[in-house]
Amino acid sequence: MTSSERPQRQRVVLALRRGARMVHTRVEVQEQTQVGDALVRGLVRAQLGLALRLAAVVVLLIGTIPLLNAVFPALAAVTLFGIRLNWLVLAGLAYPLLYGIGWFYVRLAEQAERDFVGVVDAEP
Amino acid sequence: MTGSPLTAAALLAAAVATVAIGAYGVRFSRTTSDFLVASRTVGSQWNAAAISGEYLSAASFLGVAGLIAKYGADALWYPVGFTAGYLGLLLFVAAPLRRSGAYTVPDFAEFRLGSTRLRKVAMLVVVVICVFYLVPQYQGAGLTLKTLLGMPVWLGPLAVGAIVITNVVAGGMRSITFVQAFQYWLKLTAVAIPALALAGLFLTDRGGELGGPLPPTVQQDTTVAIETGVVVQVAAPAGITVTGTLDDRRVDGAAIGSAGEHTLGAGSTLNLAAGAATPVVAGTPAAGADWIASGGGLGGHHPMYQVVSIMVATFLGTMGLPHVLVRFYTNPDGRAARRTALAVIALLALFYAFPTLLGVFSRLYVPQLLITGTADAAVLLAPASAIAGPVGQLLAALVAAGAIAAFLATSSGLLVSFAGALATDVLPGRVRDFRVAALVGGLIPIPLALAASGGLELSRSVGLVFAVAASTLCPLLVLGIWWRGLTAVGATCGLAVGGLLSGGAVTVAVAGGIDDDALGGWPAVLIGYPAAISVPVAFATMIAVSRINRAAVPSDVAQTFARMHVPENLGMGIERVPKG
Repeated sequence: MTSSERPQRQRVVLALRRGARMVHTRVEVQEQTQVGDALVRGLVRAQLGLALRLAAVVVLLIGTIPLLNAVFPALAAVTLFGIRLNWLVLAGLAYPLLYGIGWFYVRLAEQAERDFVGVVDAEP
Repeated sequence: MTGSPLTAAALLAAAVATVAIGAYGVRFSRTTSDFLVASRTVGSQWNAAAISGEYLSAASFLGVAGLIAKYGADALWYPVGFTAGYLGLLLFVAAPLRRSGAYTVPDFAEFRLGSTRLRKVAMLVVVVICVFYLVPQYQGAGLTLKTLLGMPVWLGPLAVGAIVITNVVAGGMRSITFVQAFQYWLKLTAVAIPALALAGLFLTDRGGELGGPLPPTVQQDTTVAIETGVVVQVAAPAGITVTGTLDDRRVDGAAIGSAGEHTLGAGSTLNLAAGAATPVVAGTPAAGADWIASGGGLGGHHPMYQVVSIMVATFLGTMGLPHVLVRFYTNPDGRAARRTALAVIALLALFYAFPTLLGVFSRLYVPQLLITGTADAAVLLAPASAIAGPVGQLLAALVAAGAIAAFLATSSGLLVSFAGALATDVLPGRVRDFRVAALVGGLIPIPLALAASGGLELSRSVGLVFAVAASTLCPLLVLGIWWRGLTAVGATCGLAVGGLLSGGAVTVAVAGGIDDDALGGWPAVLIGYPAAISVPVAFATMIAVSRINRAAVPSDVAQTFARMHVPENLGMGIERVPKG
């Protein structure tokens, strides 16, 4: 066995004392120590960044519709399955887009919360 | 346009069902907490249906189709915006607001900034929004009863007011949750079946050309009574005769004259021979090609600004609507609040497909509505005039039931919010106070609905209420949830500035508006669509004033933020139950 293949060092303890340590970190968050406050700030920043990014996507996608229409009026006159493109987009495609972004947000926001709980409850 | 017994029976059945379900719910309401927040035991699916049921008002049920029939592609922004508002709510408000444990916006204001004065100001804004929002509901009820049953226009507001007051006073919110969820499915059925029936008719027999160079044509001889004077735009004068006042002259059965704009006096009748091209209200697109193209706006000048302002108002206004927010407190936790908001987006997307279809078909099948400006009646009249015989009658009855459900659902929700705000902030907050407040709140809009000029379409009146909500409660919530630097003084100033700007615009617009052509059209457009200006100004005021007195940032802001943003399973949440 060469030195590069040395197995990782493992810590051996009598039992996982999860409960005790978990309470310790939770108390930091609840009592707003500096560590706890930093954790909460991180969570708020992550959630706000996520919400702002997704809102920007919506505004970009939906906001370009009137702009495109003003710049290229001929585009709206394209018909697809007998329906004009401007109607197809506004009366049809806009809704799945809104739902899809909402679904994506719920997934990512819950993931961020799980990560936060994971950090708080993690072994130090 | 007189009522059939079937329609009357459907209207009655919907109203009776609403009251009966409400009465059933009363048996479960016992404590004050039950009344106000349904004890937070309402399931997520019920909640999403209830929120949608509460939200889909006269503006959605009647107004969207009417606007689409009248203005075409640019009116599609209203339903998109009404749905996108829930995305804004989901992204920025849903979970933290639920976790704050507050159950009304004034309550949130006090929780976040610890100021009783701010709480009172927020309460005032909530009350104003509720009243502004109730007025078009009552007007819609008046229009429905008049259109379908030929009843005098003052009866609708009275009838709906009486039913809603009874329901809210007797049951509070728990019963409302059942009622609202039921209302969503009733409204969906009532709008989907006629829309699909008309779609079937359209596909089997193309009744006309939608995108062509001509205005829509009537299928048979049609007589239209002009009740209030109107300026119409005539594209093809063949087959149109007028009796009454035409361009300030008395005429009797005279042809309308050349193409162009003509003024029809009140009390005139207009006769359209079969196949005649319908005149349309001046300022709305006459030719099919103009109607079907985007970019024409909704009457008046600066269509691009109109669309942007509608987007701002509806995207951000939903999160400030008190009757929507109060529903989110009935979710068990922040995660459920998010999932509920997402489910609402799906339910609304499903619903709005049908008013859109109905709007398109009513332009085709009841084009005479475009003459009088009461396009809001399109949903009510399209099925019966397109499909003859008992099937059409049945569809009309179904639509009538849905319309009455729309008024009752939204009005009940608004009244619960109004009464909740007033009872907890002005009165001592006992169940009895809630009932007194509900009675007062249900009565105030009745004279306003009767006095307001009917010049605004329902969707546009409601759009203006969204503008008020977006310029007041939206900045308070968004900055309160995400920005630690907000102070009570800053929030109060922002509420005042946003409220005065948007509320002033709404008052002027409802009172009759400004001449479309004055000063290049900007004053009229800014009054009719204030949000694109008032929302940024309100945000800027809140931020600027808060920066100036930044010493006043509450000392417990870190604690407050932890409560709002940390998931409940860490045990930080607080359950707040009303006193009493």
